Amino acid sequence: MDIMEKIKHLVETNPAIIFMKGTPQFPQCGFSARAVEALSQCGEEFAYVNIFEEPEVYQNLPRFANWPTFPQIYVNGELIGGCDITLELYQRGELQKMVKDAAAKGQEKTTA
Amino acid sequence: MSVREDIEKKLASGLNVLRLEVVNESNMHNVPPGSESHFKVVLVSDDFEGKTLVARHQLVYTLLDDEIRNKVHALALHTYTEDEWNQRQESAPQSPLCRGGSNA
Repeated sequence: MDIMEKIKHLVETNPAIIFMKGTPQFPQCGFSARAVEALSQCGEEFAYVNIFEEPEVYQNLPRFANWPTFPQIYVNGELIGGCDITLELYQRGELQKMVKDAAAKGQEKTTA
Repeated sequence: MSVREDIEKKLASGLNVLRLEVVNESNMHNVPPGSESHFKVVLVSDDFEGKTLVARHQLVYTLLDDEIRNKVHALALHTYTEDEWNQRQESAPQSPLCRGGSNA
């Protein structure tokens, strides 16, 4: 699969996914750490990609959604932002809602 | 011109800026003294009116394309309209400290 296809597949098949430096247990960047913590607090399962282990994703993700930095968080197939926006949405209570809605939608898909 | 001044200049000329703060936060990270690698930008502009947060950040990334590609490792971005800034009582969030992942 072409790398852009692969990225598209990842963001479209996971209700919530974070592309980050390190893992949720061992983040290797303060920005990734904060974003993944906010996502975890939403109480739903989410997927992650450690970009240090996926050099092709690391290299090509910035042009996927015209977003040059990491982490990148996608909910319901759409880029919601990096660390700053994710935290802002979390503090407003919007992230929790978006992630829950996306998870419910994902559930519908699997049971349909 | 320092990278910080460069960022300031490009943002000020590309946007209708009401408040602009560019802080070199490199000393919070695992880089040599005097580095210009990590920045925080607090930007209040009426160009952000009616734009999503993603669209605002993309606008800034476009203006700072060269810096982000070639010079800056991390850019914390806090973008507000005038009303939003007033509602926040004129304060932006703190940036996180480094966790040591230094490749790139």
